[in-house]
Amino acid sequence: MARAVTTRCKSLNTALAWAIRLLIFFPILWTILISFKTEAQAIASPPLFLNFNWTLENYAIVQERSDYMRFLWNSVIIAGGSTILGVIIAVPAAWAMAFVPSKRTKDILLWMLSTKMLPAVGVLYPIYLLFIRLGLLDTRGGLVVVLMLINLPIIVWMLYTYFREIPGEILEAARMDGATLKEEILYVLTPMAIPGIASTVLLNFILAWNEAFWTLNLTAVDAAPLTAFIASYSSPEGLFFAKLSAASTMAIAPILILGWFSQKQLVRGLTFGAVK
Amino acid sequence: MYLKHALRAATALTFVATAAAHAQSITIATVNNGDMIRMQGYTDKFTEATGIDVEWVTLEENVLRQRVTTDITTKGGQFDIMTIGMYETPIWGANGWLVPLEGMSAEYDVDDILPAMCNGLSHEGTLFAAPFYGESSMVMYRTDLMEKAGLEMPDAPTWQFIREAAAAMTDRDNDINGICLRGKAGWGEGGAFITVTGNSFGARWFDEDWKPQFDQPEWNEALTFFVDMMAESGPAGYATNGFNENLSLFQQGKCGMWIDATVAASFVTNPDDSTVADKVGFALAPNSDGVDKRSNWLWAWALAIPAGTQQEDAAKQFIEWATSKDYIELVAENEGWANVPPGARTSLYENPEYQKVPFAKMTLDSILSADPNNPTVKPVPYVGIQFAAIPEFAGIATQVSQEFSAVYAGQQSVEEALEKAQAFTAEEMEAAGY
Amino acid sequence: MATQHSRSVARLMMAPAVVLLLGWMLVPLTMTLYFSFKKYLPLRGGDLGWVGFDNYVRFVSSSSFWPAVQATLVIVGGVLVITVVLGILLAMLLDQPMWGQGVVRILVIAPFFVMPTVSALVWKNMFMDPVNGLLAHLWRFFGAEPISWLSEASMTSIIMIVSWQWLPFATLILLTAIQSLDSEQLEAAEMDGAPVLKRFYHIVLPHLSRAITIVILIQTIFLLSIFAEIFVTTGGAFGTRTLTYLIFQRVLESQNVGLGSAGGVYAIILANIVAIFLMRIVGKNLDA
Repeated sequence: MARAVTTRCKSLNTALAWAIRLLIFFPILWTILISFKTEAQAIASPPLFLNFNWTLENYAIVQERSDYMRFLWNSVIIAGGSTILGVIIAVPAAWAMAFVPSKRTKDILLWMLSTKMLPAVGVLYPIYLLFIRLGLLDTRGGLVVVLMLINLPIIVWMLYTYFREIPGEILEAARMDGATLKEEILYVLTPMAIPGIASTVLLNFILAWNEAFWTLNLTAVDAAPLTAFIASYSSPEGLFFAKLSAASTMAIAPILILGWFSQKQLVRGLTFGAVK
Repeated sequence: MYLKHALRAATALTFVATAAAHAQSITIATVNNGDMIRMQGYTDKFTEATGIDVEWVTLEENVLRQRVTTDITTKGGQFDIMTIGMYETPIWGANGWLVPLEGMSAEYDVDDILPAMCNGLSHEGTLFAAPFYGESSMVMYRTDLMEKAGLEMPDAPTWQFIREAAAAMTDRDNDINGICLRGKAGWGEGGAFITVTGNSFGARWFDEDWKPQFDQPEWNEALTFFVDMMAESGPAGYATNGFNENLSLFQQGKCGMWIDATVAASFVTNPDDSTVADKVGFALAPNSDGVDKRSNWLWAWALAIPAGTQQEDAAKQFIEWATSKDYIELVAENEGWANVPPGARTSLYENPEYQKVPFAKMTLDSILSADPNNPTVKPVPYVGIQFAAIPEFAGIATQVSQEFSAVYAGQQSVEEALEKAQAFTAEEMEAAGY
Repeated sequence: MATQHSRSVARLMMAPAVVLLLGWMLVPLTMTLYFSFKKYLPLRGGDLGWVGFDNYVRFVSSSSFWPAVQATLVIVGGVLVITVVLGILLAMLLDQPMWGQGVVRILVIAPFFVMPTVSALVWKNMFMDPVNGLLAHLWRFFGAEPISWLSEASMTSIIMIVSWQWLPFATLILLTAIQSLDSEQLEAAEMDGAPVLKRFYHIVLPHLSRAITIVILIQTIFLLSIFAEIFVTTGGAFGTRTLTYLIFQRVLESQNVGLGSAGGVYAIILANIVAIFLMRIVGKNLDA
């Protein structure tokens, strides 16, 4: 008897969850659908759902106008580079905070987060001038550094929360066995921290991928990522819903696919050590 | 080790080879308008002829402005050619930030550029940007709906007639709005439109001493007229409609009249995009009864070379190509005369082929009647019709037009908006040291 | 077991991150402070000399200042309330046994992957457009007059767009926290006949407090500086001009770098007030 109730309960939950899920996902789904319509179908009234002539025309137009692969490649390098660099710098810091905490650890952590509150628009001129001086305008290197700095606080914090979950006794045991600091980090800590580092990398890759102020304002041609790609489709003359949808789909598809395959790690990554 | 060296040498060789094949490469920042995107399609021909590679940075208008202004004021040197308008050119030229366009070749024929365009893109007689296309504004109306309403559009209508016609054409049940106009905030969008409307009611932005004039009765009259007319016959939510929104409304047959840029004429008469292509008529932009100024503006999207670029010669070559008579011929050959970039050259309007295009004459008449030095009835200290060519204008006008848009959305009264506009403009002008 | 030695090693390991962030904070901050005391108008020849506190006075006395602060707080507050409340409800629903849990979860996270510019463009054009938008079609279907969202309900629209982007983030953190809730405790309470609301209030909510704090902290940091969503949709019109947007207008539209920099300093001060306020709560909660 109890079992039957559970099943019914489960069906109800499932139905409700799927309905809400569809509602939340719908804007993305709708964009993808429109990208396969012609411009006229895109604004047809009443709106067409699946009963239209699917076309790849919009993708062809977008690709012809701008070399998608180049923007994509820049996005990958900038988001990937800044994340990797950030993790390399953040791991030692987070390790130190987690295992050799001092009275000021928490203050330093919160101070780091507070550097993220500086409004980007306010410092556009200073940073632009600095970039000119250093010859970093429109270089991937320059953007990698800027995005790394922007995300570093989040990276440090996430890693810190993971490292704190690693029981200290294991380290002490290793130390008793005469492991050096290097060995300790390499053989004991790293394997335990890999899942945490993986989810940190994922989340920050997404954040860097979606950053749209600096990536747009500090690039022109050579380093322009997908955020700049989108800026040329946002409101041209005439009907543009279908082309905009195609460009949008192209801009978010890589990250959606990545997210799809790595959702387990990502979900873990989003906990921020909130579970305690 | 040897292998490494060999590899490096090979790479160097390929590099030299490619460098020889394409000696130069220029970067152009441009706006994502139809004519510019078409030009990108033809750049291969330019590269073929000159060996100069072209890299495009195509951005939406607001992003483009932000991007090129930051770059030019900091001398960032990211672009060899920038696409700018009549507002920026004289200001930047005066600051010495643009390379003067002098010594163009004989076949380029600088004197063929329409004088109105040349004046607007010069500072103290020196041309700083070459117009890719130029525009004024005019009335575009549906001939079928006009007939149905039992009215006839004169060549030079008044606002009062437009309002009456709009009310007669409006058919809410069939989703037809008598008139579609820009209400979107932004100095180049609704700001431009309400400024020219103001001009045609005798209003002005500043008096001869740079005092803002929003406390004058002309502004009240113009704004009230606009708001009332749009409430009677305009589309719902026009407070967020700009050029694009109105264009697509008109193309879908949802507007009886649309007063906007003359370049729109080729879009609304293009049967591929427009459902009303064969039912469009044109007339001069209206004036208010008894005011001797029409509400037509003057604008050009032009190509300019920032001072300090390493590629000055290549950039000049490109500008000569893109704004030449030959380029117009090239587009005409491939896409028909109706789709060539309009409004830049006298010879285009003397071309018998082009004269057959239905909107050619009205476009030229509109451009010729626009006078940036005397935009309204009373004298003004500034140059520009839908703008005042001073550095502070863009910021001020954007905020003022935001106040006006709030009126269009029914969030405040005309009086409130004008009061805020007056206070804000005075504040900013004082800060700028006028 | 922290010896003197390990302390200095730890300090060394933290050094790169701390030094870099210190640089990232100090260099722009110093430059912003420098510009804020100058009359700096790029279009009028750049540096026109020192002006003392003029820019600061002008920025605050401008008629746009307080409305901008208010708009900022309304947007941040509105999004926080919506994402936290809906996030808790959604997390509790997703925690229930169901079929296809994995797929549901990934589709719920999806909005978080979308670039702010793209999501603003999609909402503005495909949904909120008063003529061709999907919401307008929906309204018409039910015989109602379509709303022009971005002008009539500008604030609501922006809060809606931003909440859509951040709801997945809140949901996931809260979901992970709920999953760690001791189910025995809940069952015991259920046996005792405690009503649902009471169970929620006395057991679930306290358990989630830490997660909620983290959601609020992280989101506030990002929400204080939202820009793309406003730039793309309303351009600061209809009362949606936030402090960040006001600074943007001063620096880029009015080309007054000095005035904008003074605004930047105010924004930093506001952010720090919010930060101190938050850290009080978080600091306490993080220790727990």
